[in-house]
Order: sequence, then C-alpha cells, then structure tokens
Amino acid sequence: MTRAIELNQVWKFYGDYAALRDCSLTIQQGSSCALLGRNGAGKTTLLRILAGLTHFQRGAVTLFGEKPRAESARRNSGFLGHGIGVYEDLSARENLHFFASITGHGSKIKALTETWLERVGLARVATMPVRQFSRGMRQRLALARTFIHSPKILLLDEPFTSLDDRAIAMLSELLTEARQRGATIVLSTHQLREALAIASHVALVENGRLRYTGERTQEMLDDPGLLYRLHTQLGTPE
Amino acid sequence: MREKLVMLLAGLAAILLAYNLHHMFLVLPNEVSQDFIFRIIFFHVPAGIVGMIGFFVALIFSVWYLAGGDLRYDSVAASIVEVSVVFSIVNLVTGSIWARVIWGIWWTWDYRLTSQLVCVLIFVGYVMMRRAIDEPTQRARLSAALTIFGCFDSVVVWKSIEWFRNNHPGPVLSIRTGGGNMDPDYERTLWLNFLALLIIGAALALVRSRQESMEREIDSLRRAAHV
Amino acid sequence: MNLFTQAFAVARKDLAIELRTKESLNAAGSFAVVILVIFSFAFESFSDEMKEFGGGLLWLVFAFAGALVFNRGFARELPNECLDTLLASPLSGAALIIGKAFANFAMLLVVELVSIFTFGIFYNVNWLSEAGSLTVVFALATWGVSILGAIFGALTVNLRLRELMLPVIIYPLMVPILIAAIELTNEVLNHRPIGGQMQWIRVLVASDIGFTGLAWMLADTILVN
Repeated sequence: MTRAIELNQVWKFYGDYAALRDCSLTIQQGSSCALLGRNGAGKTTLLRILAGLTHFQRGAVTLFGEKPRAESARRNSGFLGHGIGVYEDLSARENLHFFASITGHGSKIKALTETWLERVGLARVATMPVRQFSRGMRQRLALARTFIHSPKILLLDEPFTSLDDRAIAMLSELLTEARQRGATIVLSTHQLREALAIASHVALVENGRLRYTGERTQEMLDDPGLLYRLHTQLGTPE
Repeated sequence: MREKLVMLLAGLAAILLAYNLHHMFLVLPNEVSQDFIFRIIFFHVPAGIVGMIGFFVALIFSVWYLAGGDLRYDSVAASIVEVSVVFSIVNLVTGSIWARVIWGIWWTWDYRLTSQLVCVLIFVGYVMMRRAIDEPTQRARLSAALTIFGCFDSVVVWKSIEWFRNNHPGPVLSIRTGGGNMDPDYERTLWLNFLALLIIGAALALVRSRQESMEREIDSLRRAAHV
Repeated sequence: MNLFTQAFAVARKDLAIELRTKESLNAAGSFAVVILVIFSFAFESFSDEMKEFGGGLLWLVFAFAGALVFNRGFARELPNECLDTLLASPLSGAALIIGKAFANFAMLLVVELVSIFTFGIFYNVNWLSEAGSLTVVFALATWGVSILGAIFGALTVNLRLRELMLPVIIYPLMVPILIAAIELTNEVLNHRPIGGQMQWIRVLVASDIGFTGLAWMLADTILVN
C-alpha cells in the first residue's frame, strides 16, 4: 500500500518552545485520519506543516514522497483552514476561476468553475460578490475552492466547526466521494463523534506529542472519550 | 565562560583606550590647520569602519541562521546590528561636531556622511521591526531577510550617493592633513583606536546576544505556561 | 505552470479587486494631487527652476503614494485567511511576490500618469515632448519600487503597526532608486537626453535585477513561518 503521508521524528519550535515533539506518523493512501486533541495540543500546527504553511526544525515530512513545500505536493493537496480562503470583493465565479488557474488547469478552468458552482448550489449567484453572500453560501464556496482540483490529499482544520447543516451535509458527501476515489484525508477536530464516524484511523495529540496512533475501533465509536482516558495525562476531554 | 570573555575584552579595550587617549591628548601635537578638534578623527573614522564591518558580519550570521536554523546565530546577528547602529551614529555625531567647529554648520551632505545616514536608517528599521515581532523564529527569519536586503542596498547606496555628489559638489568631509595623506603617527593612533572600538563592540555584542537568548527562554516558558 | 503564468494570475486577481473597489487608486491618486498642491506653497510654481526641482517633487509624491498602494497589497490577503490558502496552493512564493509587484507596478503607473498631468498643469512644465524618455525612466524606477513594495509588504503584513513599519523599512532601501529616478527625470524635464547620464540607468537596472533576484530567492523565507 502506498504511503501518502509520512512524518518522521518531527519537531516544531517557536523560539525555544517545542510546539511539536518527536512526532512520527504514517498515513496510507486512501485512509482518513482524525487528528484529535484539546485546543493548543498541536493539531493545527501539525496540519499546517503538512500543508506547507509552517516549517519544522527537525525530522522529515513527505507527501507522496515530496516535501510539503514542493509544488507537486501542494498540487496534490487541498487545504481548508479556519478561514474560508475566498476574496470578498470577487464573485463566486471569479474566486473559483482564480483558484482553478493557480492549480494549473489550463483550458479546463472555465468548465471546472461552472461544474463546481453548480455542484455547491451557487450557479445562480455566480456573479454576485462574495461580500453579499450569507454565511452558508460562503462556506459552500470554500468547499468548492478546496475540492476543485480533486486533490489526492485533503487537509481539513476543524472543518465542521461553524458549518451550517447544508454545508455539513455537502462536506460529508464530498469526503465520501473523495474516499471512494482513493483520496487520503486528514482532519483535525475536537468534535469526537463526527470525526470518529468518518475516520478509519485516529491520532491523538497532547502537548505536542502523538500519544496514540492506530485504527479507529468499535470501542472508540461506542465511547468517544476512551482514547483520552487511556492515553492522556489529564483524562477526559473538555 | 561568556562572562569571562566579556570581562577579558572589556579589560583589553580599557587598556588600549587608556593608552590611546594618553597618546592622543598628551603626546600628539595639534594638527596644523584644524587644531585641537582634529582629534575627533580618532573616534569618527574607527566608529564608522566598525559600524560598516558590523553590518556585513551580521549578514554572515544571518545567512548562517537561514542555512541551519540555529537561533543563536540570529541572536548574534541582531546584537551585532544594534551595536553597529550605535557606532554608526557615533560616526555621524562626531562628523557633525567636526563640521560645526570647522565650517560653522552642523551637517553637510557629504557623500560619506549621507550614505552612512541612509545605512543607519536601514538598520534602525531592522531594530524597529524586531520589536514588532513577538515570535522568535519568525523574528529571526524576517530579520535575516532584511539584513540581506540591507547589505545589498548599502553597497548600491554608497555608490549612488557618491555619483550624486559628483554631480552636485558640496563640502567634503576630509579631515586629513595636507594632500590627503595622514601623518604616520596619527595613522597608527587611528588604527589602534579602531582596534579598541572593535573590541568594545565585540564585548557589547556578546552582552546583548546573551540578553536575546534569555528573552527567547522567557518567551518559551511563557508559551509553555499558557498551554 | 511557470512562474510568470502564476504571477500574472495573481496580478490579474489583484487588479480585478482594485478596479472594483478602487481603494488604493483613489487614496494614492488623491494623495498625489494634494501633495502637488501643497508643494506649490513651498515653491514658486511658474519659475524655470521648477524643471530642476520637478524630478525630486514628482518622485517624492510617487514614493509617498506608493506606500499607500504597497500597504494594501498583502493586506487584502488577510481577510478570510486568503494568504494561507494561497501558500497552501501550488502557487510559488516567488510567483506571489512578483505577481503583487506586477499589480503594484500597474497601479503606480496610473498614479504617475495622473501626477505628471497635474504637475504639468500646476507648474507649467511641458513634458509631453519627452513622453518616450519619461516612459523609460518611470518604467525602470517604478519596477524597482514595486518589487520592494511587494517583498516588504509581505514581510510586514503580520507585524504590529504594519502601516508604520512598511514606510520606515522601505524608504531608506529605496534611496538609490529615487536618486537615479530624480536625476534622470530632471534631465528629461530639462530636455536633455538621458544617454548623458548612463550611470543612473545602470543604477536602476542593477537595483531592478538585484531586488527582483533577492525577492525571488527570499520569497518563501519571508512568507512561510
């Protein structure tokens, strides 16, 4: 089985403070890994390293054998962070057109843009500036922006937070489709139930260390707090 | 170990300075055309040279930091820049005092003074930028980038301003005797004082870099406490 | 995708936003005209000496107005964490910086055009006959300040007091470009050929190449923490 993501003894420092300590993790292609942990544990830092947004000081990270900042690695990955990552003064169509163009789709940009506008239900408001969109419309545009280039790796930072029901349903559908086409998913969250429902693997982060990595089990589904009680120093999550 | 080195350097500098001051004020005669104020050259020129050398030594440490990621190099680079800014300001102020005494004006747009002023402004920007960044790794990275730009620009600045002044001649800050050559005894004193100022600069940079390291340690403790 | 294709995509996006909002152009353009008016109180507006000062006046105006343009450059990437989205995309750091520089260049040229027309009217200086030479000087110098504006716009985007830090850092670095631009502009306004001042052309070309090269090499260092 191909290793999609490999972290090997990774340390990340802010000055002398170690935000990530000796993290090693392998995620096989096609699996979906939930990064669990409390606020400040290091989940976002780890995800940002995978997305090429943050350097690390020790260890090695590869995405399909490439370093995170390599163009091919970023072409193969789709990132959805805390912000929606779209421009308020551009229309939905202009936003998608721009992001499709920088992900290198050449002559297919127009067709891809229209397909995704339709897909996320924004075709009728395609020419409206995003600043006039409702919150739910913005979220759906953000999803389109993330998935437009059919990335092989999806990096999602607390994706279910502040999504409305329609956007959650859309995201779940997109993630299911992505898994069916063999994409690898890493999502960080402290919403255990949603994460465990879609994840095939889990990684528990506490104080910058990976306390547990392994397959998601039925016991975890039945008792989401189990992982925390077994593997962290502070017991049950907040 | 570092404290012992600082004490040693301070001691050496003190001895050298004492000897130089004695020689400057009690041994050397006044210069023929400039009288007593000529002695300012023994601080003006060495301070300027120490400042300029410092910026390029900081460049080496900045590149070293970018290559290896060791924050100690950033601490050293930042300390050297700060000390070099101070020495460069000493160069400007002493030049200004000299111009006031000899020509009755506080400032002249002499190409060397002007270029030095622009370089000081570039690296004052560096110092201000560091104060505006809390996170040590980000601060190190951006400081290194600015040092690289600053040093490249300093070279272009010097040449540009020299050509500009050739087009628009004004008073030239030249405090040399006769036709541009300095008396050997004066020159020896100048270079000895350069050595003294260089040693003082090194000692100050060592003290400052220790402060930078401690600030970083405090920052990491603060981050650990907030988790 | 090659670097220039990506850079042009970024520039097109920025210019599309700017054409819609006109934030930078309105602010910088108005600022330039106001400064030209205020300077008329400092100098005797219709004297022949204006041709000797004109280059300095114009480039002061462009430098100050430029700061307004450069500040907006990366600031418009902050809402909705668009900067993170761009950095996580296949867009290279160098393409992002150079794309921003292209956008700065275009906007600054518009401000310069408005300014030179205003200057010619307010100060009775005939520059139309030298439009060709002025274009060369403006293009070379404007690229230099634009690339500096882009790289230091990126550097200062996440700093405290960004609007203050950018001018403090960037103006001393601009000195060689400004000196060369001022000297050449004065030559042109006095109807003298710029070929007689080749050293300034060399300064502009060397600065343009040097700063662009450094920006290309240090883009990722500055953009990615």
